[in-house]
Amino acid sequence: MAYQPDRSQYPQKKADGSLDIDLTSGKYLKLWQGPQHPGITGNMSVELTVCGDEVVEGITHVGYLHRGFEKLMERRTFIQCFPIVCRICVPEPDFNEYCYAAAVEELAGIEAPEYANWIRTLILEMGRINSYLMYCGGQAGSFGMGVISQWTTYVRDLMLDRFEELTGARIYHMFILPGGVRDRLPEGFAQRMEETLCEIESTMSDVYDTMYCNAVFKKRSVGVGVIDVDLMDSYGVTGPNARAGGVAKDVRKDQPYLVYPELEFEPILGQDSDIYTRADVRRQDLLQSVDLVRQILAKMPKEGALMAKIPSVMHWKIPRGETYVRGECSRGEYGYYLVTDGSGYPRRVNVRGPSYTHAMALLERMIVNLNIADVAGLMVSLHTYPPEIER
Amino acid sequence: MHELYEKLKQYYPLGELTEQRNNLAFITLKQEQLRPVLLHLRDKENYTHLVILTAVDWLEDNCFQLTYLLSNRTNATDIGLRLMIPRDNATMESIHDIWPTAATYQRELREMFGIDFPESPRVNEDFILEGWNDIPPYRRDFDTLKFSEETFAQRPGRETKDPAEHMKQKLYPDGA
Repeated sequence: MAYQPDRSQYPQKKADGSLDIDLTSGKYLKLWQGPQHPGITGNMSVELTVCGDEVVEGITHVGYLHRGFEKLMERRTFIQCFPIVCRICVPEPDFNEYCYAAAVEELAGIEAPEYANWIRTLILEMGRINSYLMYCGGQAGSFGMGVISQWTTYVRDLMLDRFEELTGARIYHMFILPGGVRDRLPEGFAQRMEETLCEIESTMSDVYDTMYCNAVFKKRSVGVGVIDVDLMDSYGVTGPNARAGGVAKDVRKDQPYLVYPELEFEPILGQDSDIYTRADVRRQDLLQSVDLVRQILAKMPKEGALMAKIPSVMHWKIPRGETYVRGECSRGEYGYYLVTDGSGYPRRVNVRGPSYTHAMALLERMIVNLNIADVAGLMVSLHTYPPEIER
Repeated sequence: MHELYEKLKQYYPLGELTEQRNNLAFITLKQEQLRPVLLHLRDKENYTHLVILTAVDWLEDNCFQLTYLLSNRTNATDIGLRLMIPRDNATMESIHDIWPTAATYQRELREMFGIDFPESPRVNEDFILEGWNDIPPYRRDFDTLKFSEETFAQRPGRETKDPAEHMKQKLYPDGA
């Protein structure tokens, strides 16, 4: 076996624990990865210190997308916050709508009708499919396979058509509002959805053959970027990043919400916790969501109430209280912490996006001793969306 | 959740318990009790996942509420620990040695609320804002409207309406 030096102690540390890096020595180089990327990591950058082609330190920098959502919401009525929340996550905005609506409903003592809950679940699963399709393209792109993103973007566009006919919008749907949902399914929706799902399955089969069975992709992703199972809780790892390591964290099963107890599915688990396993868990999760959409359309009632009775939204005051509501989005646990003070405005809204922990503390730890060429692959494999970090 | 509260109360002086749901409760604590209670919950009660660490500004009471939300996957329950700390020179002990990911939350709280966490790694570095020299912007006394009027110029020819007044006129045109 070839000699492999232990790089974990390199470079040496100073007495205060920081790395002893002398940039004037000519041994080290500063390199910025981002904020623009060919992948789908969004506008964040990693300040790399490299020695040769090996990363010795990586520091995540965010702040390119800060719009102060949490602060904006403190000056808006509960209903005025509803069109703001979806903008916190572009590729999968529906979780913001659901978590915000559920938190408001809980503190105001409102229960959404059952039919609305079925439609909410449908929307969330459609969003999950979209998010995973975007991820597949980004993950392939980060390893130089540009064509995959063109295929997945095509089928994602078909799903956006379904979103458009259901909600009237393609990206920010603004459909799940406190009390229920805005509208029922259009005539013939199930049939058109089935055609879209078949197209997605067919494309994913091609993606599997071209990407997942590709020798170059395997060579570059197997055994790279391993998240140690012991780090899962201390670093707040959730969703597919945790499931790829065999930890069955899935809010849909752990704390079932909406109509998930009535659907049949099991969390997809992996073992190796590397980039390849995470990609494969997401692929299987995507196919599971396709199945869940079919189950929902088959099982949901044909008619029902869309909205619970809510007070006049212009004079809606919610008694003092606080709560936390979570859901399982495509990247892990998404949650809203809402505090009310009896007035017509939220006292505090705090959004817990999974990227907050994945892209900061976890990425900075995992990036050390990685080859520069693998950094993009690792960043995409953690599936981060920076607006969740800066809200 | 009540059982766990009673159990914890045997060891630590605890404040009020608020049971929000079957699987979510909030407990008020004194500042000095935070570390032992966190360690107890993590090591003995299996609350191993720090979900959020955030602050609420109660300007009228002149205090910040810090909320540490912990989750236990085995019995699917969550506990929120609430701490009230004085608003002036707000300082809190860092818990980055218990959960490394807490360092990020603490850095954000330092920047957005001005709460100091001595010893927390890189706590004084810019996180989201760059070159900010106003009061921390997530404090209640930071006026966003005033800031935007002072910082940004109005685009000429643009009509602005007060949303509340506009909706009132639209919904109740006769002023009823």
